Amino acid sequence: MGVIKVNNLFKVFGHDPKRTFPLIEKGKSKEEILDETGCTVGINDASFEIQKKEIFVLMGLSGSGKSTVIRCLNRLIEPTRGEVLIDGQDIMKMGKEELLQVRRSKLSMVFQHFGLLPHRSVVRNVEYGLEVAGVAAAEARKSAVESLELVGLKGYEDSMPNELSGGMQQRVGLARALASSPEVLLMDEAFSALDPLIRTNMQDELLELQARMHKTIVFITHDLDEALKLGDRIGIMKDGAIVQIGTPEEILTNPADEYVERFVENVDRSKVITASSLMRKVRTITVPKDGPHVAIRAMEKERVSSIFAVDSERHLQGLLTVDDAVKLERAGKQDVSEMLQTDLFVASPDTPIADLLNTAMNARYPIAIQDDEAHLLGLLDRATILAEMYEDDGEEQAAVPLEEVLADAEEAKDGDA
Amino acid sequence: MNIPKIPVGDTFESLINWLTDNVGVVFDGIGNTVTAILAGLKFILLLPHPLLMILLFTALAWWIAKRGVAIFTVLGMLLIYNMGYWTATMETLSLVLASVLIALAIGVPLGIWAAKNDTVENVVRPILDFMQTLPAFVYLIPAVLFFKLGEVPGVIATLIFSLPPAVRLTNLGIRQVPEEIHEAAISFGSNPRQLLFKAELPVAMPTIMAGVNQTIMLALSMVVISGMIGAGGLGNEVLKGITQLKIDVGFEAGISIVILAIFLDRVTQSLSQPRNG
Repeated sequence: MGVIKVNNLFKVFGHDPKRTFPLIEKGKSKEEILDETGCTVGINDASFEIQKKEIFVLMGLSGSGKSTVIRCLNRLIEPTRGEVLIDGQDIMKMGKEELLQVRRSKLSMVFQHFGLLPHRSVVRNVEYGLEVAGVAAAEARKSAVESLELVGLKGYEDSMPNELSGGMQQRVGLARALASSPEVLLMDEAFSALDPLIRTNMQDELLELQARMHKTIVFITHDLDEALKLGDRIGIMKDGAIVQIGTPEEILTNPADEYVERFVENVDRSKVITASSLMRKVRTITVPKDGPHVAIRAMEKERVSSIFAVDSERHLQGLLTVDDAVKLERAGKQDVSEMLQTDLFVASPDTPIADLLNTAMNARYPIAIQDDEAHLLGLLDRATILAEMYEDDGEEQAAVPLEEVLADAEEAKDGDA
Repeated sequence: MNIPKIPVGDTFESLINWLTDNVGVVFDGIGNTVTAILAGLKFILLLPHPLLMILLFTALAWWIAKRGVAIFTVLGMLLIYNMGYWTATMETLSLVLASVLIALAIGVPLGIWAAKNDTVENVVRPILDFMQTLPAFVYLIPAVLFFKLGEVPGVIATLIFSLPPAVRLTNLGIRQVPEEIHEAAISFGSNPRQLLFKAELPVAMPTIMAGVNQTIMLALSMVVISGMIGAGGLGNEVLKGITQLKIDVGFEAGISIVILAIFLDRVTQSLSQPRNG
């Protein structure tokens, strides 16, 4: 069972949320409901389950309700209806004390603008959660120092937050969240306020930390690239509803609806699409059984100019071009192995195509894709990779015809005159 | 046409009379408390030799504010001592301190309550507006009726006059605590008391101290005015200057007030600026 389970969660902002439910059930849109009742539907029937030790990313544009959802998980925002189960306990039914205990021990949160206390030093910020939980001062300090070391801020214990850069402040935020060793980290646009380079660094470090610490992480972002990079699974939100949940690959290759598709359109596909989804299964010849005749016939049939040769266990032996096959046939030789080309590149099916691009541009022959036991699975040619990387980029015109440039310059001159 | 006059003044008068007749005991209690606080403060301020006090004030200015303020303090206070207004100045200071202490004891909690509760804010705000815009002299009348003449009504009138900024700026300071800090404190499991004392009040402190500064300055100006009802101190001297046309006394007392005002202002202003480092 998942660590967090959310069942039919609703949040309606406004004076009389009850009035909106009949309208929601009728399937009216957010705007119609706002017009009729003056209430805003923040979350509309969200249900999902988060597994232990996974990074679950909730993604959506601003106003899609993702920040509201994460705040319902620790009741920073009171849900209007629904269930939020943490380790099987409904947080909505908890009393004040119980809720405090859950916040102190099980859930901790990282904020977009860090949310550090400006009057406390770094280490005093990190030990805040332990302090309010009543942990003895020495013990709290020890955990805080360890936690700071974990995020690479050793030596900054006594600095004040305003003396640190944004990236470092967010490390403090992360250290604070880790200090009470909670099961679940709630990260609300945690890296969105950082500049791109720092942001990428922090993403890498989060993944590194996660590989060691195995927390359950709920990560909110509006950036699909970030979602794809961090998420084991991604939930996409629109108008308060969750429109699709799936692995990054599922979301990209199989968008549930137009909204997700539009999101996915702009992503840098090359980093996410792997060789396995693009490779072609191909005819091969088996050596030493098949001779040049079989090879030529196979190539004619497939309309290709070269063919992979494998042994009886489908281990790749090399590649035979049609020219070489014809030469062998003329010479009356049966064994093709002497003419096999071996300057080939092989890759595993999990390789992102971005990493293959360079190889593909320089290789004379298609890239062979083989599994961990070196069985040939298929091939990936340069044209396929290029086509995939530049798919749907019709509107983007990086290169402009020279004539157009000259015409524009002419026009500009006329305008000035 | 003869429109009857709405009896605003009469009603207020009968209200005051009713209060004097029926709640007199309460006023006596308040009066005794204020007298005790005043006596204590005056005793402390006038006990050491003036030169020792000047040294203490200078050290305080140096420690809290800057060297310039310390230099000003030592020169200004020596001048006050030299002109012979030391006792009057210390009396005024004790009146200011007594009013401010009580004003803060009421104002800060009220400000916190107003920040936590919109209804309270909506009720308190117009009352504060009323208190601040009503001419200062008007407070003297009920103060005298309830507490007779002397220091106590002076302190009461002063505290009413100087209360609003303490409430307002405490309210503002807490409401201005960034939402994320507020959320962070709650999400890490603070109970309401921890939220207030460990997060909200410290973050709001510079704003609250600005309120304290304003309260002190308003109190000083009102304490001088309450010389009219016999509150004593420098206000008395100024009044003497006016009524007896003693230009020298009026001017010297005036200068003393200015020096005290600048000292109080600079020192408390430094408190409201977050320290560097």
